[in-house]
Amino acid sequence: MINKAKPNAIKRYLDNLKDFPRNFRQSFIRHDKATSDRARSQRILSNLFLHIHSAKVHRFSLKPLFTLGLGICAASAFFILLVTGVLLMVYYKPSVALAYDSVKDIQFVVPSGRFIRNLHRWATYVMLISVFAHMARVFYTAAYKHGRSFNWLVGLVLLAFTLMLSFTGYLLPWDQLAYWATTIGSNIAGSFTELTDAIGITRFLDIGGFMKILLLGSEEIGQDALTRFYWLHVMVLPAGFVVVLGVHFWRIRKDGGMSRPETIREEELKRIPTSELSETVFKNAPPGKTYGLMGLVKGSSAAVGRGPEHTMPSWPTLFTAELAVFVATLAIVCGLAFFFDAPLKEMANPAVPENPAKAPWYFLGLQELVSYSAFMGGVGIPTIVLLGLGLIPYLDREEQEIGRWFDNRTGRRLTFFSFLFAVAVVVGMLVLTVSTGWLREWFGAIPQIVITLVNPGTILVVVFMVWSFFCMKKYQSTRLAAISLFTCFLVAYIILTYFGTYHRGPNWDFYWLKSQWPVH
Amino acid sequence: MKENIENGEGKITRRDFLGLTAFGALMAAVFMSIAGLLKFMKPALLPDISRVFKIGGIQDLPVGSAKIYPEQKVLVRRDAGGIAAMSLICTHLGCVLKQSGNGFSCACHGSLFDRDGLVIKGPAPKGMPWFEVSTHPSGKLMVDAGKEVPPGTKLAV
Repeated sequence: MINKAKPNAIKRYLDNLKDFPRNFRQSFIRHDKATSDRARSQRILSNLFLHIHSAKVHRFSLKPLFTLGLGICAASAFFILLVTGVLLMVYYKPSVALAYDSVKDIQFVVPSGRFIRNLHRWATYVMLISVFAHMARVFYTAAYKHGRSFNWLVGLVLLAFTLMLSFTGYLLPWDQLAYWATTIGSNIAGSFTELTDAIGITRFLDIGGFMKILLLGSEEIGQDALTRFYWLHVMVLPAGFVVVLGVHFWRIRKDGGMSRPETIREEELKRIPTSELSETVFKNAPPGKTYGLMGLVKGSSAAVGRGPEHTMPSWPTLFTAELAVFVATLAIVCGLAFFFDAPLKEMANPAVPENPAKAPWYFLGLQELVSYSAFMGGVGIPTIVLLGLGLIPYLDREEQEIGRWFDNRTGRRLTFFSFLFAVAVVVGMLVLTVSTGWLREWFGAIPQIVITLVNPGTILVVVFMVWSFFCMKKYQSTRLAAISLFTCFLVAYIILTYFGTYHRGPNWDFYWLKSQWPVH
Repeated sequence: MKENIENGEGKITRRDFLGLTAFGALMAAVFMSIAGLLKFMKPALLPDISRVFKIGGIQDLPVGSAKIYPEQKVLVRRDAGGIAAMSLICTHLGCVLKQSGNGFSCACHGSLFDRDGLVIKGPAPKGMPWFEVSTHPSGKLMVDAGKEVPPGTKLAV
C-alpha cells in the first residue's frame, strides 16, 4: 500500500543520503555566504555565541587606541584560565596530605603540566592587569555615563570576583607561600576583631571571628579551609563570574554599544576600516522611497538620507579585531609561561612562617596598608574605595561629551597634576613612615583605636578626598573632582604595590634592594 | 486620616492585603533560609586540636626555664613567681612569633613584643594573650589556650 503511494522511496532515500552534507549544514547554518550585508547580519543574529554582538558596529568603536582592547584582553585571559584550570583539575587533589605532591607532579611529572600550570598563573597576572587597566580606560573616557552607570557597577562586581578568584587559588598548591599568604588573608577577613576589641564589644559581637570561621571552616588553616577554598575557586566563583560576565557583555549592547563622542571628526577615523556596502545602502534606495517611523532614538536629529553614518557590519571586521586581541593575549601568556616558572616552595609548615610572608603582588599594596592597621588596611579602606568607585556614576552626573581620553585639555591637565600630587603625597608618607615609624614609636602606649583611625593609610584617603573637593570647588565640576580622586587612588595603588613588592623584606623592614636582605 | 479612609484612600483592599502578606511571608522565608545557610556553613565542630593540653609535672619545668609547644603555639615559662602560659600567635594577622632578644618578634609585619607580651613596635593591635595554667587532679600541669587571663597571671607553685 505504502509502496504504491510512494513508489520511489529507495531513490528518495539515496537522494537524501547524497544531500546529507548540504542538508545537515543548512539545518544549523541558515544564511548564505557573508557576501551581503544581510547575510553578514544573519550570521551574527542566528548564532548563539555571536549574537551578543550587535550586527553593526560603529567605526569609532574599532579604534584600537580608544579601547586598547583591554576588555577583550581580560575576557581572553579568563577563557585561558578556564581551560587551563579544567586541565589542572585532572591531576590536582584538594587534600592537605596530597595537594602539594599533586602540584609537584603537575610541575615535574605530568607531560606539559608545567606549561599548563605556568599558563594558569600568567593568565591570572594578565587578567588582573587588564581588568584594572580596563576600569581605568572606562573611567578616563567617561564611559560610565549616558545610561552606562549600571554596567560600571557590574564591572566592579567582576573586579571583586577576579580578586577573590585569585585569592582562593593562591592556597591550593599548599606550599609555604600559599599557607602564609592565606594566613594573612584570612586574618584580614577576621580583622573586624581589631575594631570590636578597640571599642570593647568583641564578647557580644565577634564579626571578625565569625567571618574567619566561615571562610576557613576552622580556626586555623587545615583541610576544611583547603576544601572551602577549592570549592570557591573551581565551582562557586567561576560560575558566578560567568553569569555576571554575561550580564556585563549584554549590557554593553543594551546601553547603546560602546561609548563614543556625539560628534566625531573625520580625521579621528583615519585608518579605521570602512565598508563600501554599508555606505551605499541609501544611495541604492529607489527614488521616491518613503520612510516610516520605526522607533525613537536618542540624539539631536535623525540622519535621514545619509544612512547609519560610520557604521559597518560587525562581521568580519569586529571579529577579526577581537580575534587579534585574543591571539595577542594568548601569545603573551604563552611566552611568559614558556620562560618563567610558577614558584613552588617547600610544603606548608604551620609552625614556621615564611619570612617575609608576602601575598601575591597585586595584594602587596594592601599588605602595606595592613602593616599600619589590619582592620583599616584590610577591610576599612578597601570598603571605602569600592563604595567610592560604585558611587562615581551616581554622584557625577554632569552632561558632557563622552568617549575621549581625559575628556579634553582641562581633564588632561588635571589628571597630570593629580598624578604629581598623589606621587608626592604617597612617597612623602612612605618616607615618613619608614624613617620615623608611626604613633606607637612616637608616643609609646597609645590606644589602638587611635592607630586604627589615624594611620598612614587613612591619612592618604583623607588627603585625597580633600584634594578632590578642592578640585570640585575650583573647577565647579564633579567630573573633574572624580578624575582627581580616581587618579590619586590609582597612583597610590601602583606605588604601594611597587613598594610592598620591592622595598619590603624580612620582618616587613625597608630595603633598597632584595640583595640587601639578611641571609638566614 | 479619617477622611482618607472615608474616601477609600489609605484603605487596604483585600487584594493588596493578600499581596502584602504573601510578600512578607516570602521575605521571612528568604531571611530564614539565608540564616539557615549561614548556620550550615558555620562549622558545628572545629577540627582544630584541643585547646586544653597537659604539659607534664612541675619537676619537668625548673625555675627559669621556658618551653614552646609548637602545635598549640603556646609558650610556657616558669620563674620565681610561678608558671605562666602565653600565646605565640601574633595579634596582628596570625603569624607565629619567635623569641628575639628579650622579647618576641613577628616575621610578617615586624611587630615587636616585650618579655611580658606588651606591644613595643609595629601594627599588632594588642599584647600577646596569657592563658590559664592549672593543676590537673593527677598532679600534672594543664594549659587552657581557650581561656584568656589578665597578663601577669601566674600559677603559684
